[in-house]
Amino acid sequence: MTTTEAFTPFLRRLEAAGLTCEEQAAPGLVPARVLAVQADDWGRLGNEASLWGCRWVAGWGEDVADTIRVNACFEKAGAYLVARTVLTRGSPALPSHAPSYPGAERPERHVRDMLGVSFTGHPDERRWTRHQAWKDSDYPLRQDFPTAGRPPAQTPADHDYNFLLAQGSGVYEIPVGPVHAGVIEPGHFRFQAVGETVLNLEERLGYTHKGIEKIAEGRDAAGLARLAGRVSGDCTVAHAWAACMAMEKAAGLKVPQRALGLRAVMCERERVANHVGDIGAMLNDIGFAFGFIQFARLREQWQRMSREAFGHRFMMDCVVPGGAASDLDPRMMATMSDEARDLRRQIGKLMAIINDIPSVADRVRGAGVLKPEYAKALGCMGYVGRASGVNFDVRRDAPYPPYDRLGVTVPVHHYGDVNARARTRLEEAAASLELIEALLAGLPSGPVRTPWRAPDAGAEGLSLVEGWRGEILTYVRFGENGQIARFFPRDPSWTTWPALELLIHDNIVPDFPVCNKSVNGSYSGHDL
Amino acid sequence: MLRIFGKIQRIGIISEPVPRRDEPGLTELGEQLKTHIGERFSGSLAIRAVDAGSCNGCEIEIIALNNPYYGIERFGVHFVASPRHADMLLVTGPVSRHMEAALRRTYDATPEPRLVIAVGACGADGGEFGTSYASCGAVSNVIPVDAVIRGCPPTPFDLMRGILEAIGKKI
Repeated sequence: MTTTEAFTPFLRRLEAAGLTCEEQAAPGLVPARVLAVQADDWGRLGNEASLWGCRWVAGWGEDVADTIRVNACFEKAGAYLVARTVLTRGSPALPSHAPSYPGAERPERHVRDMLGVSFTGHPDERRWTRHQAWKDSDYPLRQDFPTAGRPPAQTPADHDYNFLLAQGSGVYEIPVGPVHAGVIEPGHFRFQAVGETVLNLEERLGYTHKGIEKIAEGRDAAGLARLAGRVSGDCTVAHAWAACMAMEKAAGLKVPQRALGLRAVMCERERVANHVGDIGAMLNDIGFAFGFIQFARLREQWQRMSREAFGHRFMMDCVVPGGAASDLDPRMMATMSDEARDLRRQIGKLMAIINDIPSVADRVRGAGVLKPEYAKALGCMGYVGRASGVNFDVRRDAPYPPYDRLGVTVPVHHYGDVNARARTRLEEAAASLELIEALLAGLPSGPVRTPWRAPDAGAEGLSLVEGWRGEILTYVRFGENGQIARFFPRDPSWTTWPALELLIHDNIVPDFPVCNKSVNGSYSGHDL
Repeated sequence: MLRIFGKIQRIGIISEPVPRRDEPGLTELGEQLKTHIGERFSGSLAIRAVDAGSCNGCEIEIIALNNPYYGIERFGVHFVASPRHADMLLVTGPVSRHMEAALRRTYDATPEPRLVIAVGACGADGGEFGTSYASCGAVSNVIPVDAVIRGCPPTPFDLMRGILEAIGKKI
């Protein structure tokens, strides 16, 4: 069965359930199928999709032509379905998907804050992305909201957010952030603890909200690629690739084979850099300085090679609409293959030492367990999902070129603790190193860039890319003169931040840093 | 344990002499830094890094300053957890409006004399994000800034040089 046919039984099922829906043609969204649904049936659609075993991927809205359009994307067995509905601008309301999908809870609050869609039956009335920079009657993604906004002279702190309160004798609260102790991104964690044990953790994010969706409007393709490369700096290649792929699909632009190969090499390099660096950071969080320093050393060497080969330590702005910014020097290819083999050997030697240390095992085994049923319910992507039995990787299950001609090894673990996430990441790094060798060996010759050609107004594109944190979904719609009308990047961190709240239950407060690092959600990628 | 020692011995010291890349020579600058830190900060400069809304690219490079290649601690520079212990704020941006109050409070909590360095293209002038309903743009739009380190993101060497130069300039 092809991926486009996979949803056919589901569409029949919806018809049988009496839902009014109609399939639409949307060439830029292929292979995803597009289904127009009546607003009243939106909640039932969510329920049916959940019963049929779909994963809820993402939800986003748009203010276009005097209506509010809302989209929800579902996935099953590597096939994607985008459901969309149209609401009037006056007081747009829609039944919530959150009762069927816990993972839809925060994304719907984001849509509510940004676009003013109210979701009936939603379990949480509180704001999410909005703090105090704009009023609750203002919606930044509406057409009549100016990009400059109407901010107060000084934006006050969001001090009256209604956190869950601690009750009972011996229960105390630990507020952490937004400015954290280490050199990391800002966010707020509210712990309730008894002694050392965490009873509850509540996250409050949105501190790094930079208006990415809004300031994308009106950009040209090259400008959007640059912005996408800064949705989350540690994931610049994957986000830029996702944005470019969505734009290229909208424009019907064919990217040269060599450019696709180079994009994949860069994306795998990014995966390796982050996995290797984070293994070190996890070891640092359990006080094992030797491991931290050794992996920091490997990451630094790796990033220097990225700069030598592609001109930038993170390969920022190296993926551009139509291809890659520059070609790879032929002399670098052999060097990079050797480097990949050498890194695999070095990691192996280090892990032989580290695996021998009982105190490391003691800290990571059984810490921060994310039960497989929670990971599935939340739709956790990337290594967080795969360490808890969610066997999904876009590169293998919904492959895009050049992965469609490569075998991608996808490690899966089931115990869901810090150890499982670390193992998953080590195995993924090893698989990526093999992929880099294979990609370099089979790199097609030819140009690395096709001249960009902007599509007509209304053209839309959807892309799915496996970044190092997991599946990135990006939606793009063009307006007049090749300018972007809508850009929505869904970083996989949306799917893993809620998991952190669950996996920290009953752990001790001093284990929070390593538990957090083992998940390593992006604040910037989430806050937009 | 023996294997750890073995590994450490085999790798040896990989910290690099600060290379002469630009004028004035960085080696001299490094020596000056040590002198300045010695005189003005009693031998140790404490930095509080504040992410005021960055894409996290700058943070990765700031963290790299502590890896064994750069080893910025050898110049007497270390990162601290509280602004109350800090001589210098290293602020990445753009300053999101949601971080504005937190940044002001961090600045107020830092004892005088304090140095503020705006880091990265976004910290310098708002960069790719500019000023909007959600972003205050440059760090200097929110708190007084003594020096700027540009780059997207600045490399660890850029950061090191910028920190050294900022200290040399002050007072």
